[in-house]
Amino acid sequence: MSTLAGGAADWIWLAILLPFAGFLVNGALAFLRPQSRRLVSVVGVGSVAAAFAVGVAVFLAVLGAHPVEPYVRTLWSWIPVGDLRVDAALQVDQLSVVMLLVVTGVSSLIHVFSVGYMHDDPGYARYFAYLNLFVAFMLVLVLGASYPVMFIGWEGVGLCSYLLIGFWFEEKEKADAGLKAFLVNRIGDFGFLVAMFLIFSHLGSLDFRDVFARAPQALATGGGTVTAIALFLFMGCVGKSAQIPLYVWLPDAMAGPTPVSALIHAATMVTAGVYLVARSNILFAMSPVASAVVAGVGALTALFAATIGLKQWDIKKVLAYSTVSQLGYMFIGVGAGAYAAGIFHLVTHAFFKALLFLGAGSVIHVMHRAYHHTHGHADAQDMRNMGGLAAYMPWTSRVMWVATLAIAGIPPLAGFFSKDEILGAAFARGLAGERFYLLVWVVGLVGAFLTAFYMARLMLYTFHGPNRTGDAERAHLAEAPWVMTWPLVVLAALTVLGGALNLPHVETLHHWLEPLTARSAALQTTLEPAAGTEIALMTLAALIGAGGIWLATRVLKPEALQTPERAPRETGFAKLLLEKYRVDEIYSAVVVRPLIWFARTVLWRGVDAAVIDTAGVNGSAALARGFGWIGSRLQSGQVGTYVVFFVIGAIAVLAALLR
Amino acid sequence: MLLGPSLAVSAILFSLGVVGVLLRRNAIVIFMCIELMLNAVNLTFVALSQQLGLDGQVFVFFVMTIAAAEAAVGLAIVIAVYRHRDTVNLQNINLLRG
Repeated sequence: MSTLAGGAADWIWLAILLPFAGFLVNGALAFLRPQSRRLVSVVGVGSVAAAFAVGVAVFLAVLGAHPVEPYVRTLWSWIPVGDLRVDAALQVDQLSVVMLLVVTGVSSLIHVFSVGYMHDDPGYARYFAYLNLFVAFMLVLVLGASYPVMFIGWEGVGLCSYLLIGFWFEEKEKADAGLKAFLVNRIGDFGFLVAMFLIFSHLGSLDFRDVFARAPQALATGGGTVTAIALFLFMGCVGKSAQIPLYVWLPDAMAGPTPVSALIHAATMVTAGVYLVARSNILFAMSPVASAVVAGVGALTALFAATIGLKQWDIKKVLAYSTVSQLGYMFIGVGAGAYAAGIFHLVTHAFFKALLFLGAGSVIHVMHRAYHHTHGHADAQDMRNMGGLAAYMPWTSRVMWVATLAIAGIPPLAGFFSKDEILGAAFARGLAGERFYLLVWVVGLVGAFLTAFYMARLMLYTFHGPNRTGDAERAHLAEAPWVMTWPLVVLAALTVLGGALNLPHVETLHHWLEPLTARSAALQTTLEPAAGTEIALMTLAALIGAGGIWLATRVLKPEALQTPERAPRETGFAKLLLEKYRVDEIYSAVVVRPLIWFARTVLWRGVDAAVIDTAGVNGSAALARGFGWIGSRLQSGQVGTYVVFFVIGAIAVLAALLR
Repeated sequence: MLLGPSLAVSAILFSLGVVGVLLRRNAIVIFMCIELMLNAVNLTFVALSQQLGLDGQVFVFFVMTIAAAEAAVGLAIVIAVYRHRDTVNLQNINLLRG
């Protein structure tokens, strides 16, 4: 047995219970006393911070024990049906502890930021209730010890995502965005469910420990079954982690409050797919085809989303496409078998993308406040209305530059190490004989260049050049309150130091996760590149990042930028990028409208109205009425008639008896 | 002894009763026809009890008792109907028509 029993790991359920209790209290307050902001803040932030404290305690316990086998804390028997036994159990191991710390840590900071950002919102208590519920479900997702428990969290975070995207549901556009996210995710969840059915029918269990222990014996490596399982699991990841072709919900999800975008749609929930692949690493490692699909889809998404990010004007849309693109990198990592690298990028991305989103939130907050003072109606999120904000918001500008350099892959910031490790892993797989991964590597490099370019573009247009906000508004531009800036500074520090988690050749995180990935690593042939090659790759990655930023500063002219109403129309490829390749329109024409037509014409007018309503419901009523009419005709009220029938009946009975 | 003619008379009486019930309209007459049918059955019982023992004759007493009770109730109903509707013609009494 593991040495974790009896220690802090036994109290792991507290990490889930605390935010859930926060949800209950804040939910009650939302109904009873929606104006009690102070109490809501204390409960909302406090419960998540307490969960973080539990996370730290559990982490220290794991650090002390460093167990080879995961420790499973079984709470109760959940679904005991025949051969299927699913316990409500939580798993404490190296991977879930990393996720536990990232989720609770980043959540705590974003909760603090939200206190400032949402301060004037009438739905303050409701907001914190949803946010707490999200944290609880996210922890169920990362701590669950079996696929069904994980699925509860998986669906729960989807629910919270829906609720928070449509938080300002008075505006139809935002309510629709929530619905879109929910519906698109259903497609992926279908894959997850099918994968669970396949796993149970072939391996007879859904517990992580049993599945991963039995898979190498029960399933043929590279066989059809394991490939199908892995691909269906990946289908779930594609939905949740916004990869091609199901990424379309994530940019629309920016309709929610900006801290929500930072927490759910950048740092935590959307990385659940990466976590799922890393958690099921043995299944993916056993299927080279599925792994190649994961890496290929990741690379394609990384490049595709980065190109769209080049031409967006909404500051949050740029970051949204950047998130989609960075998630693509994580899938390149886990697809190439570098599970630790994928998780490493997940962690660093959580830091710098949360920072970028919170910085953008700070900018939007300030812009919105300025327009509110002057009763202006310009778009507070359009970068063409910004410009030169560095002079008014020095702290936000500084920390966002840190994050920009990190995401662009400038050493020694966190993003450099994690992205380099992912691309290095793809390159190593390519060198070892699988040429496909060399293509992935090249696509990843191009994507990295574009990443550096569009992020530099965002910074230049937002913080530099002349200010375009408007003369009256300019007087009201000032740094956001301290409660919003200090979480930014903490995240900036993490962004700078995060790379130390997994430095080349030290590889702390890699060794930390080794108990979980060792058997997968044994299945793969990787070629450790020579020291010279490695340094060349790193230099190349750094040069590409720097080159993207340098090109942006040379090509883009913030001085020449016009406000949206005066901006010239885009033409050609730039227009196509601005319109996001018209993917939404294509989906609408190919999938959505045929589906609505089918639902309306065939299912509604055909099946429901014609068959069920007319033939079924009204038909049976008409039949009963017809028989009733015949019966009522027989009731003539004439005793003589009845007697005739009676005599005929008696004679018939007699005849039957005498026959 | 006389079994055949007795049964024949009984059958004729019963048929007369049935035809009367079917064709007549006056409730009193129909009532009398029903009594006719009952007594036809009684005649059958008595005729057959010569060969089959006394059970048939015992049954006749039962039938006569029931017929008397039935006549009392039936005539009371007919009188009640007549008081309300001033007629005992069954063609005019059809409130239960569907």
